Amino acid sequence: MASPKQLSSYPALNKAFAEHSIRVGAIALDREHAIEMAGELLVASGRSTPAYTESMLDAVAENGPYIVIAPGIALAHSRPSDTVLEIGLSLVTLAEPVAFGNEANDPVRLVIGLCATDHSSHIDIMAELATFLGDANSVNTVLNAGNSDQIRSLF
Amino acid sequence: MKIIAVCGMGIGTSVLLKMNAEKVLRQLGIDATVDATSIAVARESRDAQIILTTPDLVEQLQGLPSEIVPIEHFFDLEELTAKLSASLL
Repeated sequence: MASPKQLSSYPALNKAFAEHSIRVGAIALDREHAIEMAGELLVASGRSTPAYTESMLDAVAENGPYIVIAPGIALAHSRPSDTVLEIGLSLVTLAEPVAFGNEANDPVRLVIGLCATDHSSHIDIMAELATFLGDANSVNTVLNAGNSDQIRSLF
Repeated sequence: MKIIAVCGMGIGTSVLLKMNAEKVLRQLGIDATVDATSIAVARESRDAQIILTTPDLVEQLQGLPSEIVPIEHFFDLEELTAKLSASLL
């Protein structure tokens, strides 16, 4: 018998990660490839268009690897534009860590993709994301997950 | 007092930094607001006492009157606490 669904501890994240937005154990050849996969998941889950993925790649080319915000974790994103359909997040864990060129926090094992429609309406999502990624246990569970359902159950 | 958190776009990295910086400021009992902003906007602003950002963007912010505080690990509240205390207390 199925157990009753527990109340989500991260309701905003639960909504932000649409179906098909999570991929586990991906093999990325380099930084660009890893970012591209996070972008493709935003497209696959109906939250952005391929043009947004291009702008994510442009952003890292322009501003450098600052998107690696903590050891092993990158937040790939671009600015709000009409290439974004709806606020969304995606998540890729990498089978092999990839160097992004960030001295303090390389190599990257977890890429979070983010698309937003403006500068303010995703604030509740970011607040939950800050708490979630700040919790070492959650991050470890994500990194060791064998499938996307194990990650989804955390939200 | 005004503190800004800066990243390339002003929607992702800087917002996470803002969240954690505000958490630390509350713990330190310091009354300050933190605004998240893009580097383009930050380069035009001269009223922030402190700019929090990633080491990669420090060079692009040189020349502003604000004190620039680079943060390496955005979720390490100890790093944020140590650096904000050193600047503010």
